[in-house]
Amino acid sequence: MYPVKYHKPDTIDDAVAALAAGNEALVLAGGQTLLATMKQHLASPGDLVDIRGIKGMVGIRTESDTLIIGAATTHAEVAGSDVVRKHCPGLAALANGIGDRAVRNMGTIGGSLANNDPAACYPAAMLALGATIVTNTRQISADDYFQGMFTTALDEGEIITAVHVEKPAKAAYAKFAQAASLFALVGVFVADGPHGVRVTVTGAGEDGVFRHEGLEAALSSSWSAEALDGVEVSEEGLNSDMHGSADYRAHLIKVMAKRAVAAA
Amino acid sequence: MSSGIGKSVKRKEDKRFTTGKGRYTDDHRMDNQAYAAFVRSPHAHARVKSIDAAAARAMEGVIDVLDGHQLTGDGIGNIICGWAITSKDGSPMNMGAWSALATEKVRYVGDAVAVVIAETQSQARIAAEAVEVDYEELPVVAHVADAMKDGAVQIHDNAPGNQIYDWELGDEAATDAGLKAAAHVTTLDITNNRLSPNPMEPRAAIATYDDAEEHYTLYTTSQNPHVARLVLSAFYNVAPEHKLRVIAPDVGGGFGAKIYIYPEEITCLWASMKTNRSVKWTSDRSEAFLTDAHGRDHVTHAQMGFDKDGKITGFKVDTIANLGAYMSLFSSSVPTYLYAPLMSGQYDIQNIHCNVRAIYTNTAPVDAYRGAGRPEATYLVERMMESAAREMDMDPAELRRRNFIHEFPHQTPVLMQYDAGDFPKILELAQEAADVAGFPARRAEAEKRGKLRGLGYSTFIEACGLAPSKAAGSLGAGVGLWESAEVRVNPVGTIEILTGSHSHGQGHETTFAQIVADRFDIPVETVQIVHGDTDKVQFGMGTYGSRSAPVGMSAVVKAMDKVEAKVRKIAAHTLEASEDDIVIEGGQVKVAGTDKAMAWHEVGLAAYVAHNLPDGMEPGLKETAFFDPVNFSFPSGAFICEVEVDPDTGQTKIIKFTSADDFGTIINPMIVEGQVHGGVTQGIGQALLEQVIYDEDGQLLTGSYMDYTMPRAADVPFFDVQHHETPSPNNPLGVKGCGEAGAIGAPPAVINAITDAIGTNDLAMPATPQAVWRALRAASKPIAAE
Amino acid sequence: MTNVKMKVNGKAVAREVPDETLLSEFLRENLRLTGTHIGCDTSQCGACVVHVNGKVVKACTTLAVSLEGAEITTIEGLANGDLHPMQVAFNDNHGLQCGFCTPGMIMAGVDMVTRYKAEGRELTPEAIRQELEGNICRCTGYHNIVKSIQDAATRM
Repeated sequence: MYPVKYHKPDTIDDAVAALAAGNEALVLAGGQTLLATMKQHLASPGDLVDIRGIKGMVGIRTESDTLIIGAATTHAEVAGSDVVRKHCPGLAALANGIGDRAVRNMGTIGGSLANNDPAACYPAAMLALGATIVTNTRQISADDYFQGMFTTALDEGEIITAVHVEKPAKAAYAKFAQAASLFALVGVFVADGPHGVRVTVTGAGEDGVFRHEGLEAALSSSWSAEALDGVEVSEEGLNSDMHGSADYRAHLIKVMAKRAVAAA
Repeated sequence: MSSGIGKSVKRKEDKRFTTGKGRYTDDHRMDNQAYAAFVRSPHAHARVKSIDAAAARAMEGVIDVLDGHQLTGDGIGNIICGWAITSKDGSPMNMGAWSALATEKVRYVGDAVAVVIAETQSQARIAAEAVEVDYEELPVVAHVADAMKDGAVQIHDNAPGNQIYDWELGDEAATDAGLKAAAHVTTLDITNNRLSPNPMEPRAAIATYDDAEEHYTLYTTSQNPHVARLVLSAFYNVAPEHKLRVIAPDVGGGFGAKIYIYPEEITCLWASMKTNRSVKWTSDRSEAFLTDAHGRDHVTHAQMGFDKDGKITGFKVDTIANLGAYMSLFSSSVPTYLYAPLMSGQYDIQNIHCNVRAIYTNTAPVDAYRGAGRPEATYLVERMMESAAREMDMDPAELRRRNFIHEFPHQTPVLMQYDAGDFPKILELAQEAADVAGFPARRAEAEKRGKLRGLGYSTFIEACGLAPSKAAGSLGAGVGLWESAEVRVNPVGTIEILTGSHSHGQGHETTFAQIVADRFDIPVETVQIVHGDTDKVQFGMGTYGSRSAPVGMSAVVKAMDKVEAKVRKIAAHTLEASEDDIVIEGGQVKVAGTDKAMAWHEVGLAAYVAHNLPDGMEPGLKETAFFDPVNFSFPSGAFICEVEVDPDTGQTKIIKFTSADDFGTIINPMIVEGQVHGGVTQGIGQALLEQVIYDEDGQLLTGSYMDYTMPRAADVPFFDVQHHETPSPNNPLGVKGCGEAGAIGAPPAVINAITDAIGTNDLAMPATPQAVWRALRAASKPIAAE
Repeated sequence: MTNVKMKVNGKAVAREVPDETLLSEFLRENLRLTGTHIGCDTSQCGACVVHVNGKVVKACTTLAVSLEGAEITTIEGLANGDLHPMQVAFNDNHGLQCGFCTPGMIMAGVDMVTRYKAEGRELTPEAIRQELEGNICRCTGYHNIVKSIQDAATRM
């Protein structure tokens, strides 16, 4: 790795200041992607600002029907949380399928969302559940937050502090893993929540996570796996690579959508 | 006895590994140690116009930057392939020059052009990025089809058409006649997918130069340290053998990838002399994918003819083998003498012809990977048999039975003389264990759940033990293929075995001790195995090709014969008895039928104090032997794989995998079964998951575990391993070797099972979910989700 | 450079290291605890798995400096006088061949058995295989690793 200076501020203000003062500074939230990237010399921040020491960044709670997850909460904590399991079991199950146990013990929801890997699982859940991404300066709806692969609405120096998820009536995630990386080759999150019926797809789209209108329409009229039978899933805009061509991904979107519905 | 031959003795070496005390190459640290980082070509084919290391030299911690002109200028020789293959027109193979650091041209992505030596690994790696290399890019041929096209760019000046050789084995005219006379001919075009061996410990080297003694020491991840020393000395001119010590300490898996001498070890040795520092290099996984020799990568067109009763009338094979950009140490032998002679499988085939063209491409070198040639042959033969059975509407097991060889020794038309076996018996064993009779019911039950079940066979032969030297030499091998051992009985009666075999996971410290404990009836704990150090062990050819038991252990047995002869003489002399009456048992050397006896350790003591030895006898109790077998050994096996395919996704799940193996005498069933588990899993990896992919520009697309799928625990089932022992007559223990069986036999069993499940034969490895889904669609099978 | 202080295998340690030092490097190079291995650079092979404050973590993907005050257990610290039951089980069941992945396998095995017991869940062979998704072995075919962990679970 290139030399880097590590900072671990106690407050969000100090973190913001460290990011601003640093040399191409980056936030370190769990490091499971960032550190691997740095090891391969594909990223070279001069400063790293570790947000895990900031009060309130870690933890899970509910306020009335809203689930609040601190940005530095690990995947393992989300997966194992009784609060999450009660509020949205599909979200807990999704978290339990990210990476492997050791990765889940370090990787965080905020880190995943800030990175917005096109094959990551969390973006599918956030968009389907109509979550709110809370930062140090504002609240961003998931609809506005995801702006293409590895691209988000976050401004420079802006730090995710929490996500807010309203309780859905039903929700579940089905992932078909890319066999080597265990990221989603195709992941589909289905939700019937305060924002209506949503079906989101990760892993497959050229521009990262997206909603599938056809599947949403079919599920809105009838929440059942069979309701999806007649829906056409186009391969347009889907990734084609050595792990899966667009037509295979299109096919899997429907298969995974049906499985998610069955599990919800 | 509890620890002798045939007992599942727990491994003596485990404690250091389970407590973190194993000592692999990278765990060692020398005084005055510096680190090497290689500057590697980002292009698959380019001319090296200039190298500017000024900026790198000026960086913090950098000791030196060295390039290929300096290396060759110092007389370091080119890397060679040690097995000469002659083309069918009588011309020698076209071996292109391979310098450890490229001088004029780079020929694959990862080809090293310079090395940075620095105080820390991090400094070396950062400085390596600052070395400016001016490349003139050349056209790239990354796949054999492109490399063989008319007018394709030529990778080596001495290899027109990028062809290394065009070789054949067998009688083409007789085979053509056999095919012509056939009632049915099965034709297949088959690709054997390119793999990366991926031992979990990446390669590493630490070289130290002692300028006072002009002596080098190399710690390295090697399966054969003596061969490494020989080649480094005789061909690469690093140092004469007596001035070079090679140590292969604990080695974390090899699977072939650690047989060869790579540019990095050569460069570290040379750099240690140039910088007068110990120089350490440890590969990371990305570097391993780029530079470790790959395996397999064949394209084959084959025809097999059958008479009306299903007897094979002829088998004709035309193979193109991709050897990559350079010829690695044993690369030439893999698609020739380790491949074509296996084409007879377990079957009585009178007419076989195999033609092989080896081709250069702008990719990493390809060499032996677990099985080496034999998996490629087995995959071909066994997919042929299964396909033919389906085409002729015969039971695939019955078709095999009709063609099995029953009498031994059996001479095939492709060089091999099989030693021993009972092919119907192991097939029967496997069928019973796999409950083949119950399969139709299981298939029907699966169908009710919307799943497709299939069952596939592979009944296969191997040629293991890689020997004898005379035969290997006549076929072009550059080295002898014997093994050596020294048995050292200490004055207190404990024993050290010095062996040229090398354990990198095989458990030699236990199994070699077992044969000694068995022979002298002493506790296995009193036997210690010494290996992996050219200063300690007399000589050795190392471990590959399942040769440690049939060849390495046999050398130990020969040395023990000599020790026993001396023990008998000493005991007879001391106990005043005839040598013929001496028996060795229960930790004693006794006179049969009397109460006269010496404790085992008393004999050792007597030999060393030498107060009362027979007249003319030399003191000491230490014997050396070299063993060169009369033939290969021929393990055989019958594998049955049962799979379930999810037609919605194309995902294959292996429900049950049964193996029935004939490894001859088994020393330690626990360890033998472990070898089968691991080998089968690598075979399943090849069949379902693994593939090295280069794009048309020669860029490696599968350069990490993010893209190259290693088998994980959830990808495989528990395995059912059955044994049937027909001892090999070609070595004193009757052993045949077990290291490669799984990797050789498993791929066709898996693919035959999947093709049975999906009802189409058009499926290539790896049978990823996408590939199976596509094959299903092409075969117009119903797909539930559509 | 930062003076990193943590407790490793029960002993307080402090070393002045560059901030970019990974926990794996800190253990191997600074503390010379070489039982924690590096088998990949993408956080997948699991040869580097250690316990940090009682949880499995990939030491190759964690900065040492971020673990100020943490309690680390490595393969060298697992045995408490006698071998840990997991270490015994790996020997009894031939759960290792070359030994390179073994430290990570054992640390992951201890973690999963402990967790399942705490949660009152049954650690089935299928569950063990799933839990091992972050640990790659090239030698054993996993058969005997799964058996080792099953066996150890009855002894822990």
